Amino acid sequence: MTLELSLNQQPAHARQGSSIGQPLTRRDGFLKVTGGARYAADNHPPGMLYAVLAVSSIARGRVAALDTEAAKAHKGVVEVMTPKNRPALAIDPDAKDNPFMFRLDLLQNDQVRYPNQSIAVVIAETLEAATEGAALLSPRYEALPARVGLDGAKSFVPRGVGIGGPAVQHKGDVETGLRSAKTRIEATYETPAQYHNAMEPHAIVVAWDGDRLSIDTPSQGLAMAQGRIAGLFGIAPENIHIRSPFLGGGFGSKGMISGPQVLGILAARLVGRPVKLVLRREQMYGPVGHRAPTRQTLRMGMDGEGRLTAIDHHARTASSTFDDFFEPAADASHTLYASPAIATSHDAVRLDTGTPLFMRAPGEATGSIALESAIDEAAHACGMDPLEFRLRNYAEVEPMTGKPFSSKALRECYRQAAETFGWASRPLQPRLMRDADGFLTGWGMGTATFPALMFQAEARAVLRSDGSGLMETGAQDMGQGAWTAFAQIAADGLGLDIDRVEFRAGSSDLPNAGIAGGSGHTATAGMAIHNAGAAVIARLADLATGNEASPLFGAGNEGVLARGGRLYRRDDESRGESYAEILMRAGLTEIEAHGKGAPDPASQETYAKHAHGAVFAEVKVDPDFGQIRVTRLVGAFAAGRVINPRLVRSQYYGGMIWGISFALHEEAITDRRSGRIQNANLAEYHVPVNADVPSVEALLVHEDDPYVNALGIKGVGEIGITGTAGAIANAVWHATGVRPRRFPIRIEDLLG
Amino acid sequence: MTSLPITLTINGHRHELEVDPRVTLLDLLRERLDLTGTKKGCDRGQCGACTVLVDGKRINSCLALAVSHDGAQVLTIEGVAHGEELHPVQAAFIAHDGFQCGFCTPGQIMSTLGLIAEGQAGDDPERIREGLSGNICRCAAYGGIVEAVLEAQQQLAKADRRTAA
Repeated sequence: MTLELSLNQQPAHARQGSSIGQPLTRRDGFLKVTGGARYAADNHPPGMLYAVLAVSSIARGRVAALDTEAAKAHKGVVEVMTPKNRPALAIDPDAKDNPFMFRLDLLQNDQVRYPNQSIAVVIAETLEAATEGAALLSPRYEALPARVGLDGAKSFVPRGVGIGGPAVQHKGDVETGLRSAKTRIEATYETPAQYHNAMEPHAIVVAWDGDRLSIDTPSQGLAMAQGRIAGLFGIAPENIHIRSPFLGGGFGSKGMISGPQVLGILAARLVGRPVKLVLRREQMYGPVGHRAPTRQTLRMGMDGEGRLTAIDHHARTASSTFDDFFEPAADASHTLYASPAIATSHDAVRLDTGTPLFMRAPGEATGSIALESAIDEAAHACGMDPLEFRLRNYAEVEPMTGKPFSSKALRECYRQAAETFGWASRPLQPRLMRDADGFLTGWGMGTATFPALMFQAEARAVLRSDGSGLMETGAQDMGQGAWTAFAQIAADGLGLDIDRVEFRAGSSDLPNAGIAGGSGHTATAGMAIHNAGAAVIARLADLATGNEASPLFGAGNEGVLARGGRLYRRDDESRGESYAEILMRAGLTEIEAHGKGAPDPASQETYAKHAHGAVFAEVKVDPDFGQIRVTRLVGAFAAGRVINPRLVRSQYYGGMIWGISFALHEEAITDRRSGRIQNANLAEYHVPVNADVPSVEALLVHEDDPYVNALGIKGVGEIGITGTAGAIANAVWHATGVRPRRFPIRIEDLLG
Repeated sequence: MTSLPITLTINGHRHELEVDPRVTLLDLLRERLDLTGTKKGCDRGQCGACTVLVDGKRINSCLALAVSHDGAQVLTIEGVAHGEELHPVQAAFIAHDGFQCGFCTPGQIMSTLGLIAEGQAGDDPERIREGLSGNICRCAAYGGIVEAVLEAQQQLAKADRRTAA
């Protein structure tokens, strides 16, 4: 930390050369610590009204009556929007023409298909009047029995899981592998429904101007949101301007525009005035996605040396009754451990819930906790140390496909994390360690992994005759540090000190930066920025090398270097000139160029691309009361090139603490009679607070990857959860001798 | 609803207001006075994003009706820095990366100011963690927050010693 601070306190020009790799503090830091960062709900256009949702208190049925007169009679209420007067849409909100298009509840009828579904919108002069108006609607329902729980309906095999992956896959024959095994284990693990619960509730501030729309709303994918709204309202995407400079957290729940956000747009259309609509916390437990529950059964066979002969991973999950998202939990077994036979399969039930969605490490997090628990059980069954067992089954190629890894520094992660943690002194048997206060102490580990994904993005680069540069891309910062990391990539791409670079993002009128999701935003938009920078430098070099008056004349485009706002001859760095000189000689105030970021299909075909990590956990358990505390976490991660170690470490910390949350805290509890969520609030839906997180350490393991992309970036946003939750469960076993099989781990499971 | 007259001094500025008795201090700040730095995360006193200081004490402004604080001194995140010059707590939050998305940050900083004023936490990280556990950070920047509080307290203590000398 001391080194980082001293580096950071130097002025940028003193650092020389690369911005990439520097632990810069956040460029948006000043705004965020002074209250100056404007999030969507902080906007207030003139004449704005407040819209408040009324939501269903049943899980299934229909709305039989709403007292709209009572609501309208309340002072300040301007209008009540119900299915009867909701403005028309250009397409059916239940239409779906691609897997990324989710069905929305936009008051298309009186049907209720999950609790907290929107059933009306009250629009008023004040928030208080709108809130009271919504309460006065006093809905009456005709309710049907709710379908609840993973056995609550007939199961089926979905057509695809995750983003369209096969639900059932195998290589080799697991039954043969299991038969030939010397040791076998079989175990079933359950994970609960979880809700993203970003600190910022979904919010939208909308103003219509004829057929043009001005919108402030948090979005992890501006262009997708723009396209979806354009389709729903039958207007051109370019007539919709969405600003999302800061998201107050996303975690997947702001990846797609949600029903309530669109209802805000409809409300503004209905009343002909700007409208603000902000979800109440409890209203976020339904229409904005969640992580589906799973029940996973793993069977593993091992030979006499502790080598896996078979992995069979089956996951039951759930989607809504009206749309498809199936948590691809079993796919976690595709990439981590070598085995001659691997089979993964999914089935699902349809329940009266909102549609589940991507939630930080969708599939990977749920699958990992089961896989890492089972691997621990397998190691114990073989009488082996869990680290030794993982190394014995280390995958030299991707197990499911046989493809080589583009890079994989997992052995180094294991080594560094184990050493820092002090793993070597761990007793093999459980329940042998106690601390000075008599608490049962346990050590566990897990392997972390997440695919290195890339999507599509574009950027625009400008060099100006005053020697400064501009980089534009509609990137989204939900806390990962896009404002800073992308400015660093832009500075290097433009060959400028970062202080000379203006970086614009977070707005739909900028080039499409794709989605901030799948841990792929830095790689994807970063490559667009990098390529736009290279393209504009190439144009600049053309101007210089083709002009006799330039010291670079005749150097050829390949023969120049860009650094610190100057071009140099590669073969003679004493010869160079500044960007400003080149542009002024050419009589130009600025030049621009565009760049794209996308996965490389050839290397995609050849290599398996994943980030990896190892996480070690210490827990202490009260021997009398079963209370569990995670006292120490050490993770080591290798995820290609690190753009900014300060920000990357924060991403790992955040992910690892989500791992604590997965293991010990989070669970949405559904009332079996009504189908309603019983703990739809931040007091009873537990997420970690500061006191839950005593000591977390994240080590950044060096890894060069020449294949993922030219910058060598993988992704860091989601991997931290994987491995961690399992490591904690394994530590609880090591402390107590009780194997956690359902999550979050409950005190009562450790007693008795 | 009949509005009631109240006076509040917010960040040193006196405001004479007519307020609907249903209006919370949080909504008054955000929706009437354009002091949107204070955030609404839950509106139920469960997340701490709306923390402000009222007469020097930290409170959840979502649980406070504006009319019940007639005459109070209110400090919000907008009143913490002196122009471009950050308060040591704010500077330390940046230096230690004590936030990610930034939505809970105004509340974390106001809660930190309250905690320091209470003089209970000292330099014990465990007590700081406990004392700030009413402020949820879903990004989980907790480690950086605790480091920031420790450093800011040292800076403030140093400044106090200089003033005393």
